Amino acid sequence: MSRRVQLLVGTRKGAFILESDADARREWQVRGPFCETWPIHHFVRGEGGLLFAAGGSAWYGPSVWRSDDGGSSWSQSSTGLTYGPDEPEVTTIWNLTPVDGTLYAGVEPAGLFRSTDGGRAWSHVEGLRQHPSRPEWQPGAGGLCLHSIAVHPADPNRLWVAISAAGTFETIDGGATWQTRNKGVRADFIPGPPPDFGHCVHKLRLHAERPDTLYQQNHCGVYRSDDGGRQWTEITGGLPSEFGFPLAIHPHDPATIYVIPHNGPEAGRHMIDGHAAVWRSRDRGESWQQLDDGLPTSNAYLTALREAMAMDSLDPAGVYFGTSTGQVFASSDEGEHWQLAADFLPPVWSVEATLVED
Amino acid sequence: MAKVHLPRSLVTLFPAPPPRQVELQAASLGELIDQLEARWPGMRDRLCGSGPGIREHINVFVDGERERDLTAQLPGGAVVHVIPAVAGG
Repeated sequence: MSRRVQLLVGTRKGAFILESDADARREWQVRGPFCETWPIHHFVRGEGGLLFAAGGSAWYGPSVWRSDDGGSSWSQSSTGLTYGPDEPEVTTIWNLTPVDGTLYAGVEPAGLFRSTDGGRAWSHVEGLRQHPSRPEWQPGAGGLCLHSIAVHPADPNRLWVAISAAGTFETIDGGATWQTRNKGVRADFIPGPPPDFGHCVHKLRLHAERPDTLYQQNHCGVYRSDDGGRQWTEITGGLPSEFGFPLAIHPHDPATIYVIPHNGPEAGRHMIDGHAAVWRSRDRGESWQQLDDGLPTSNAYLTALREAMAMDSLDPAGVYFGTSTGQVFASSDEGEHWQLAADFLPPVWSVEATLVED
Repeated sequence: MAKVHLPRSLVTLFPAPPPRQVELQAASLGELIDQLEARWPGMRDRLCGSGPGIREHINVFVDGERERDLTAQLPGGAVVHVIPAVAGG
């Protein structure tokens, strides 16, 4: 049996697959670009090995691409990806999340869709856009996008979504009704008392083994919630910056998380002082360790966007991140050592790591 | 019959790609879109948004004149060009 790690990389100009032997994870072969070089915000593996890539073309609109043969051939569909004729056009898809036969899509302008036929047809989860706060949702610098979808592993009717810049929302009834989940999260760009919504979440994640624990990298810090988002605790202390985009959780240890601090929203939004580094916490954000062995530590003005960090499920786990200047960096030992897996790709928007056995 | 010229970037989106030139019987631009959709399901979504017209960055020319109104009538023997707007980076 052959075991390989595949990195599914979404870029501004198509999807790519980086592949390596699962034991070594040192030599990476690059295939692509797929999806006719469309802008691809997210590229994931679904059940049965199906590949899904999603994004939006400035000419042809939003679409979800599907490959049943590992990337050799592709089809695309956007049937049902609409708010209706009198509502804003869906322009692109930011996140795809496959869960137990259902595929969720988070889109711009912010909304949630789901497909139960493998991405061929979509239905709008209308309850979210019926939330009373919706007329006041404001876009972040990336647009008004629903970029994070987290589904409770034991209760498919319970899920959280995050919208930039509206905040985190939770439903316990399959999407019919939603509640804001932003208490304890700063929104320094909104004057006055702490708001109920309007927060700029950059990435929200949960761990399947401890689903009441959520983490988020926010415009204004890094946070953990231990009660499903009802209350958040800031865990920025020890990091060199509160600002960053991606966040990853260790696949076998919900207490271990990774972030990539950037220098700030008005300072270029790149890694601090041109020094590339990933930061890891082994204790749920109580303390942090800088990891940069093998990363460029000078003159590296790199940006890692919100969907561009992922981990594989091996032991030790691999950590991967892509940059807006086309590099993909890989660590096969939980971030202790890094190497360049690919360079000169288009701007990387997303990275997912999957294990392929055949 | 209308003769329709389709761009390469559109036909390659379909597993069984349409030819770059298609002849269709259609009295209006909307009927022409309907016929394209019937032959290549999903093509309407690539050419039209959820509103009543052609997508913003898709240009349709009927006998050399730009046309965005789906109710526009097609004269006999019309030559229709579908051309993505020049843009990008």
